[in-house]
Amino acid sequence: MRESVEWMVGGQQGEGVDSTGELFAKTLVRYGYSVSTYKQFMSRIKGGHTNYKIKATEKQNYYSGDGIDILLCLDKETLPKNEQSLNQGAVVIQEGKEILVEAGQASTGVSYTTFTLPLKKIATDLGNPLAKNMIALGISAGLVELPVEILNGFIEEIFGKKGEEVINSNKQAVLKGVELTKEHVPNQIKPLSVVPVSNQLFISGNEATAFGSLMAGCRYLSAYPITPASEVMEWLSDELPKVGGTVMQVEDEIAGICFAIGASYSGTRAMTSTSGPGLSLKTEALGMAGMSEVPIVIVNSQRGGPSTGLPTKHEQSDLQQMIYGTHGEIPRIVLYAATIEDAFYIAAEAFNLADQYQCPVIVGLDLGLSMNKMTVPTFDSKRVKIDRGKLITDEEAKDFNETHFKRYRLTEDGISPRPLPGMPHAVHTTSSNEHDESGYISEDQTNRINMMRKRLEKVRDAMIQEPFKYDDNGGESEIVLVGMGSTYGMIQETIKQLNEEGVINASHIHIQQLYPLPIDKLQPLIDGKRVVTVENNYNGQLLQLLRQHAPIHNNSEAITQYDGDPFTVSTIAKQVKELISWQR
Amino acid sequence: MATLKDLRGDTPSWCPGCGHFSIMAGIQKAVVQLGYEPHEFAIISGIGCSGKVSEYVRTNGFHTIHGRSVPVAQGVKMGNPDLKVIASGGDGDGYGIGLGHFVHASRRNIDMSYIVMDNNIYGLTKGQTSPRSEHGFVTKTTKEGNKEYPVDPVSTSLANGATFVAQAFAGDIKQMVDIIERAIEHKGFSHVNIYSPCVTFNKVNTYDFYKERLTKIEKPFEDRDEALAKVRELSGLVTGVLYEEKRPDFQGKLGIEFDTQSCTNGEMDEDLFHKMEKQFQ
Repeated sequence: MRESVEWMVGGQQGEGVDSTGELFAKTLVRYGYSVSTYKQFMSRIKGGHTNYKIKATEKQNYYSGDGIDILLCLDKETLPKNEQSLNQGAVVIQEGKEILVEAGQASTGVSYTTFTLPLKKIATDLGNPLAKNMIALGISAGLVELPVEILNGFIEEIFGKKGEEVINSNKQAVLKGVELTKEHVPNQIKPLSVVPVSNQLFISGNEATAFGSLMAGCRYLSAYPITPASEVMEWLSDELPKVGGTVMQVEDEIAGICFAIGASYSGTRAMTSTSGPGLSLKTEALGMAGMSEVPIVIVNSQRGGPSTGLPTKHEQSDLQQMIYGTHGEIPRIVLYAATIEDAFYIAAEAFNLADQYQCPVIVGLDLGLSMNKMTVPTFDSKRVKIDRGKLITDEEAKDFNETHFKRYRLTEDGISPRPLPGMPHAVHTTSSNEHDESGYISEDQTNRINMMRKRLEKVRDAMIQEPFKYDDNGGESEIVLVGMGSTYGMIQETIKQLNEEGVINASHIHIQQLYPLPIDKLQPLIDGKRVVTVENNYNGQLLQLLRQHAPIHNNSEAITQYDGDPFTVSTIAKQVKELISWQR
Repeated sequence: MATLKDLRGDTPSWCPGCGHFSIMAGIQKAVVQLGYEPHEFAIISGIGCSGKVSEYVRTNGFHTIHGRSVPVAQGVKMGNPDLKVIASGGDGDGYGIGLGHFVHASRRNIDMSYIVMDNNIYGLTKGQTSPRSEHGFVTKTTKEGNKEYPVDPVSTSLANGATFVAQAFAGDIKQMVDIIERAIEHKGFSHVNIYSPCVTFNKVNTYDFYKERLTKIEKPFEDRDEALAKVRELSGLVTGVLYEEKRPDFQGKLGIEFDTQSCTNGEMDEDLFHKMEKQFQ
């Protein structure tokens, strides 16, 4: 029995690669496995090679894996493009004129088996040429001995509206696939062990972020479509109207943030979602939110930049833009979930922080995290409690007894009681100009100094529940790997592998709160250690951030990758080894 | 009942004689005459001399950034549909840097008013050409005369579906107040362009210039094409309500029972959570 399987389907865009991948992933999830996925796709609607990668494991895993045990080729490009990832003993399923089982050898030296068969013809013979992907899924299920009942259940869900005939032909296709496996490639791959089914969710980072936002009371999102952030808007478009909220697709990115700032100013928990190019356009309004002290949550699902860059590829290069983007100096908080599970809580906490500190909160994601689904233990709805900060009622505003309510009252902690427009005793002025306590324009120098201090000091102590994840990996380490976002699972596995190989023990820090950086808490964990950041950008932006806060200049490096693909465990491991040998 | 005194905010810093004084007074008067209280309004302004109106009229105010009063204002209305919302700014703010938003607000029809103080010049930056400056207009940045032709604001909102389009003149307060009142009471997006002479930098489009040239439209046109034709015929030098149409506003069309303000401290709604998590299981 095997405890994990790595599976990939590849083909031309528009051929059902995505739906085939998702169906197999869901089947594994329902069987009780923990599943991580990664979708490769291009910035076009039809054509171009795309693939869907799955790693299913008995225990929770956060990485879609380096290798492939079963490769399902729906086009000619799939095998040559992915051959180097095949694991020893892998099975390659591909379309051909007749049934043929052959031995193959990859350039990496591993041997594999190709199972060629006329999928389309077999499907046509069964009466439904469209069911060829189902035959392939049947073969996949047959190879690892997944019960076909699970696949059949999904078929009923998917094709329910299309009638008995379509359902039956698809079920037959799956069964045919299983039979063909038994007949031609029996026992090629060890079957998956049976695991107990637990309460897991199969969800993407974008969906988890949107879900967390809704649960935190967000009732308004305005945004402009952009890859890889659109699912946040799409999911909320379905769900918000059910709870009295709205999603608006507005004319441009600037409107996206401005509408949300307006809605937040008038009392609704509001957000906008975007990717790098959109964040660039939003930065002036981001400054307005900071200056006028209006709470706002901005989701930035990063992709390959700069400019239009690599719209459908993964990168983590907006770190500096998220922390510093906009002219002048504003209070802000920048968060970045390490896992899809964290994305739910971080989104919810973002709304609390925005209200508590009356400032913009940027929720960073990256394509690896945002567009790919993963199984996670179901979320704890009690973990984050809604906290609206110093929002006051009209009764409370009345006690101040002011004709014009001082919106920017100077207080001990720099945060002013915030009434809402519409309250009879709290007519007030909000402003993006430098202003005095009443909100009126002021160029007075003493006032300027007071207001700058108020705004910029108030966020100093902001802290989420888990500002970073830390794992000492059970012992002393000379080296600490530091990452952010979707590299979490890869770094974890790299360390495990290096440890098992006896190369080195490394500790792991994964930062979830980038600004304000929780340096006091981080300092003891990096003191005296060699700091190696693992990040998907050229300049080592995370390394630069750490160097800005800690005296690590002589003992720190960055492992970077900026080709549009996420890291693999083997690339990180190789580079760590090189760093170590270089030092010695 | 609120009085004009209740509507008085910060002390204006506009040049003496600026048309904006009349427009500010017009907004104040309209609010009072309609019987509203200051807290029921939110005035969202852009940047420029005109942008200061959100501080000078004592209602709730939000002085935003250049060109973005219209999207912020629409968001304000989305966040709290009970508020009366006015966006205000100048011609540079609304027809230059913010023009895109104006077109989309026109077609979207959110229930709010957009009052533009049109002085055909950039005043606060001290006298550069504006998207409303006439062809040949000489300024610091167009010393040989403006080589471009001006944006036509009312034709733009008319052509793009605005349900209330009007034009007024700061030199005719009575008509202006009447128009602002009608704009405020109109359910949907109402656009009011107001000629507001800049006495310091614009020596062409003066009070006298407008007094001599403006034609009053007494009654709105029945259809957009007629209104557009008249605006064209008179080179935009018209005042009055040009077009008004009863059509469900954006929020009405959504058919949502808005519940946006009830988010209070405490635990997440657990029933809702369990209902929603099902789709991921």
